[in-house]
Amino acid sequence: MEISLRVNGEEVAAAVEPQELLLDFLRDGLGLTGAKRSCDVQVCGACTVLLDGQPVSACCTLAWEARGRDVVTIEGLAAGTELAALEDAFTRHAAVQCGFCTPGMVLTVQALLDAGELPGDEAGIKRALSGNLCRCTGYKSIVEAVRELAAR
Amino acid sequence: MSAVTERVAVVGQAVPRVDAAEKLRGQAKFVGDMSLPHMLHGKVLRSEAVHARIVAVDASAAERMPGVACVLTGRDLAGIDPYYGHSIKDRPIVAIDRVRFAGEPVAAVAAVTEAQAEAALRAIRVELEELPVVATLDEALAPGAPEIHEGRPLVPGLFHGLGELAPREGNVCYRYAIDRGEIEAVFAHADVVVEGKYVFPAVYQYAMETHAVIAHWEGDEVTVWATCQHPFLVRAELADLFAMPLSQVRIVVPYLGGGFGSKSYTKMEPITVALARKAGKPVKIVNDVGESMLTTRRHGLEARMRTAATREGRLLARDVSCSFDTGAYADNGPRVTATGGDAAPGPYRWEAVRVRADCVYTNTSPSGSYRAFGATHLQWIGESQVDEVARRCGVDPVELRRRNLLVPGEEVRPGGKPLDADLLGDVEKVAAAVGWGGPKEPWVGRGVSVGLLAAGAHPVSSATVRMEADGSVVVLVGTTEKGQGARTVMAQIAAEVLGLPLERVRMRATDTRYTPYDRSTGASRSTTLAGLAVQRAAQDVLDQLTEIAGGEPDPAEYVALMRKRFGFAGGELVGRGEVAPKGTGSYAEGPVFWEVCCGAAEVRVDPETGVVEVTKTATCADVGRAINPQLVERQDEGATLQGLGNGLFEEMLFERGVLVNDTLLDYRIPTFEDMPGEMTCVIVENEDGPGPFGAKGCGEGALAAIPAALVNALADAGVPMTELPLTPERVWRRIQELKEAV
Repeated sequence: MEISLRVNGEEVAAAVEPQELLLDFLRDGLGLTGAKRSCDVQVCGACTVLLDGQPVSACCTLAWEARGRDVVTIEGLAAGTELAALEDAFTRHAAVQCGFCTPGMVLTVQALLDAGELPGDEAGIKRALSGNLCRCTGYKSIVEAVRELAAR
Repeated sequence: MSAVTERVAVVGQAVPRVDAAEKLRGQAKFVGDMSLPHMLHGKVLRSEAVHARIVAVDASAAERMPGVACVLTGRDLAGIDPYYGHSIKDRPIVAIDRVRFAGEPVAAVAAVTEAQAEAALRAIRVELEELPVVATLDEALAPGAPEIHEGRPLVPGLFHGLGELAPREGNVCYRYAIDRGEIEAVFAHADVVVEGKYVFPAVYQYAMETHAVIAHWEGDEVTVWATCQHPFLVRAELADLFAMPLSQVRIVVPYLGGGFGSKSYTKMEPITVALARKAGKPVKIVNDVGESMLTTRRHGLEARMRTAATREGRLLARDVSCSFDTGAYADNGPRVTATGGDAAPGPYRWEAVRVRADCVYTNTSPSGSYRAFGATHLQWIGESQVDEVARRCGVDPVELRRRNLLVPGEEVRPGGKPLDADLLGDVEKVAAAVGWGGPKEPWVGRGVSVGLLAAGAHPVSSATVRMEADGSVVVLVGTTEKGQGARTVMAQIAAEVLGLPLERVRMRATDTRYTPYDRSTGASRSTTLAGLAVQRAAQDVLDQLTEIAGGEPDPAEYVALMRKRFGFAGGELVGRGEVAPKGTGSYAEGPVFWEVCCGAAEVRVDPETGVVEVTKTATCADVGRAINPQLVERQDEGATLQGLGNGLFEEMLFERGVLVNDTLLDYRIPTFEDMPGEMTCVIVENEDGPGPFGAKGCGEGALAAIPAALVNALADAGVPMTELPLTPERVWRRIQELKEAV
């Protein structure tokens, strides 16, 4: 099937299989490997990308569902300037360890930030980010980085 | 070599991680992100049978399917000795005559696309004859139990490090024992004896990156990009399997997406290398989560323990017998069993100790390393008995520990390293952090726990530090970067010695073709041992600069000194650092250091539902010297959450040997919402470590300490438990039992 969509601001037209996942399309088809594969069942958030500004699990989204829509991956976000504040906060709090969950985490936080919906309280942050797992950090540093970001 | 310089400017600072930007921007590459020209995709056919004899494997239809390059089966292994295993060579690359667990690789397909490989798997016909299933420890240890490795003598692997391995006895592949003092006599005269039977479940490490390997043969050499923590040990096992010189096997490890022991030793490398050899093209295999769960896990454990004490609360003796369920293949089971045996007595002054720890085969998926192995299994049991002694004697648990804990210099186990840490100081710090002694509401409890983990593994590490003509520095050391921050810490150590700013120093990814030898990245050893090698290598460069300068060189003069030495804008100085054992480096002589496993918790249990809420945790990172305090805290915080998962809800469920919760939907790990109300990490710096600047490793202790602290806190709240995890159902049932007993 032919689809056309915008990926990181660029028009893309491609042939995809009906069952092809957005994650495979991005990683294998376009070489955008920032979105990671881990749980395959929309639990861990490592494959998070933004679809029309909303975080989605690319492992459980068909490439077909993205037709005519706007996809932003970590590569697209990193190419712009809006990541600077988040990057600074996450770096200073050492809220990055192995880095496998990091792109998904960053996109989730950035989407909330851009929408003006990033909670500033601890309970709200935990709830908002509970769809992104991290096995390294123990989460505390991420909560601290996000709280600081929300207060800016 | 001259005395090591100890100017402190970069070391001890919470410098930002050198890899933060690359990871935040999604540029960091992992094995799964890589591909090679003409690369094929491999998929593994895994056995649905739990225990069976293989009658025939027919891959002829699969081989004819579109895109399929080849199918690997047991028959392809005829030219080599196909058994591997770093502790016991018990595992074939793919099943040959028998399958021993549900999920064991029986064949593998290489095809142009993943979908083609998947489709071909379904066309492979496997004829099996079912054998009796040995699904549990009880079944494996029953008299006359079927032997899972019947007919195969125990063949020691290259790296068990446990002295002479005894022959297999039935399904027991390794036994560890400690005997000190007259155990029965001491128990016979004790005022207080606490005893019980305990169960620790199988759990999964869940590094978010699953196992992934790319193997690429070029002539008689093979290059392997692998998600492995210990590339040099994997290289040795591959060289051994395929009868090649070490120099013709190359392992490259880019960033690892977490390890926690799941990528310790050899995992998916042999099958990928064998498949690529047959295909004649590069092959990539990436596990899904369910496959990685079947690749390695933490050992389940069953234990009986009793502890003797005087009525005044003096600990007298401990007697432990326990069995580790290693699954169908030993993997790191013997080492886990020995470490667990060492952790079983706990760090107390005993008159008598008896430990019997057995490593047992069952028809379940193989168990290997998981952060703080052995200690996590045993500490919660021993520490719950110490607290029970305290309750029966009417002594505060911290006070009881004050009277009985070992002090620095005392013997931990005969022939091994004496205690090298201030345990009581550590206990007091974590107790204070959770409000020890303060008022408590009903159903609220507090607990502390302390233990020791034999850390460091075999002490062999080496490093090269190269100073370029412009004065910038490259550090080559075999430590793999799995999130712990090795590339930052190693760069800090070299920068410190050379008096350079951190940004002038880079540590590179491990590539066994260029990186000097390092045993492994695990056992909390890297900062201590590889870090010491880096310190010595940097010192070697500094010594050379000193010689060129004819006196102590100023870092601002390095470029001029290089020009003086080489006469042009080129050349480099190469420094080498090595760490080797003073004796044989054996497990018995060790450990390199005792890692302190010390923590405390406060919990609130809901008696109506059995839900345990963790309101506070505290852990102690007794690190000698924190090279990077922020990264030390991250280690403890991450281990705390894993300890909370292991303690409260993580459990792999097997039904007659078949793993039934093999997705993240059914196997839950801690999320943001499982964080304790307060989480404290206390860093203790007594400069008593054998590593650079007095450092010793960390990162595992908290994982052993937290389940133990949770169990003790829950007992303090009125609900003593003898089985993990502390699920609401299990806790609620225990509360009902206690009500009925009243």
